[in-house]
Amino acid sequence: MVSQVRGMRKRRAGVRSAPAYRGDKRWAYLLLLPSFAGLVLFYLWPAVKTLYLSFTNVGPFGGSTWTGLSNYTALVHDDKFVRSMVNTVLYAGVVVVVGIPLAIAIAALLNTSGLRGKTFYRTLYFLPVVTMPAAVGMVWQWLYNGDYGLINYLLSVVGIGGPRWLTTAPLALFAIAVVGIWMGLGNNIIILLAGLQGIPKELYEAADVDGASRFTQFRKITVPMLSPSIFFVTVLSVINTLQVFDLLFLMMSKTNPALPETETIVYLFYERAFVDNQRGAAAAVSFVLFVLMLIITAVQFRLQRKWVHYA
Amino acid sequence: MPDSTAVAEAPAVTRPGAAPAARRTRKPGHLPVHLILLIGALLMVLPFVWELVTSLKTYHEAISVPPTLWPHEFAWSNYSKVLGQIPFGSMFLNSVLLTLGRTAGQLVTCSLAGYVFARLRFPGRGILFAAYLSVLMIPGQLLLIPQYDIMQGLHWLNSIQAVVVPGMFSAFGTFLLRQFFLSMPDEIEEAARLDGAGPVRVFWNVMLPLARPGLVALGLITMLWSWNDLLWPLIVNTDTDKMPLSAGLATLQGQYSTDFGVLMAGALMASAPMIIAFVFLQRHFIKGIALSAGKG
Repeated sequence: MVSQVRGMRKRRAGVRSAPAYRGDKRWAYLLLLPSFAGLVLFYLWPAVKTLYLSFTNVGPFGGSTWTGLSNYTALVHDDKFVRSMVNTVLYAGVVVVVGIPLAIAIAALLNTSGLRGKTFYRTLYFLPVVTMPAAVGMVWQWLYNGDYGLINYLLSVVGIGGPRWLTTAPLALFAIAVVGIWMGLGNNIIILLAGLQGIPKELYEAADVDGASRFTQFRKITVPMLSPSIFFVTVLSVINTLQVFDLLFLMMSKTNPALPETETIVYLFYERAFVDNQRGAAAAVSFVLFVLMLIITAVQFRLQRKWVHYA
Repeated sequence: MPDSTAVAEAPAVTRPGAAPAARRTRKPGHLPVHLILLIGALLMVLPFVWELVTSLKTYHEAISVPPTLWPHEFAWSNYSKVLGQIPFGSMFLNSVLLTLGRTAGQLVTCSLAGYVFARLRFPGRGILFAAYLSVLMIPGQLLLIPQYDIMQGLHWLNSIQAVVVPGMFSAFGTFLLRQFFLSMPDEIEEAARLDGAGPVRVFWNVMLPLARPGLVALGLITMLWSWNDLLWPLIVNTDTDKMPLSAGLATLQGQYSTDFGVLMAGALMASAPMIIAFVFLQRHFIKGIALSAGKG
């Protein structure tokens, strides 16, 4: 995918001689106007405004006073915030580290040549992707229910007393991560499948001739050839999981004793901005998340040189 | 699509000795593959099945231990309770309007902007496009406070336009469609230009019909994200009458925190429209996702 986009750009760069027609300029600005006006009003301006707000103290009636870096320095000593950072990174880590290898494995199995029922499997794996996250949260809260939930019942059948998944401190975060993996799997599989289908069959045929086992083929052909797609899926998953909110909001009630060890950055942001009305402090929280996302993404782009092969 | 070839290739189910040797070597042991994929598929579907089964159980049956695998008597009343407890009708309508409004809006604004960036040359194009690209990187929650203030300033809180209008613009959609317009051969455009067509005619008569796959992809993805969006509606529309279903579910949960039959009925009703749309438009959905690859 990424490589495709690159290829597209390269091709264009050579041909970019499209003549400029007279009178186009005015039309260009006119046709761009609706989109650009919306972009400025609802995206660019709010982004700048949030940055400004993060350096201020916003009063209950909207007036704001400049307080310099104090919102940010306060975050350093804010246990709740530090905890939410840890929770978020942990959540994203679990979902990505478990979810992506799982998606690769399933995509590779689905790509078996001559396999029947591909469409059938693809549909089922994709179902959670189109399901409303709020509904997903409700259903899994029910599945995880300590007394009447299906999961603990199935565990009791084999003689295990299941825990209270969503109210026990370190466990709840992982329980929610399982839901995150379940929900994102189909999306990742689709992108990886597209990448897999781009790998030339001849490579496998040649390896067959050389007598390489299927596992060796997977390691030496599939993974390197798929690495651009894997990289792409990883970058997207990290960005998405760092912003998790919906699942938490539906699965963790405000009175849940495990909430402090589960609360993510966006959840904390929502609370501060729209429940506690601490706009300036909340703006700082959201900006820190933005910077965190930029850093993690930049690091990934840097590391890709070590393991991503662009054909 | 590989699926059709897969079906064509695979011989009718094995009669062990009878299949020609060449055929047999072609699919060496698909059974373990199917086994793993089936177990996985089961895990994907089980929550939905349990959701459906529970939604038809009475309160007492839902919390009976051990759980019944099938409802003794169908408690259809769970569904009417959802309708009675939250203004489901107006929430459904809000969801539909929100989804249609955002989707239509994005198709218009993004296709125009995508076309302009791909096909027209004008001073400032590079810098304006850089502005779009920078917006691509901004996470949504960074914008929420000022966006809320704008809605408040316009007196739009608790209105349908509050959940529709900000979602009618998208840097991502612009970028996606720009890629489509870029990939179109120059010759077609030049031919139309020689016939005296201006940029608007070229856009409408030449480019837009050719960009249909891109428009379908963007349309479906926007539909999906809009229908499922929770955070923004939760913030701007706090009146239950003005909420879409996603936020309505949170309300339902607040009121029926332990009546799991009712909760599951609500969850099912809220997510069903997108699931049904997916089942019918599966190919397009999947193509859309593969093209654009999410942004959740």
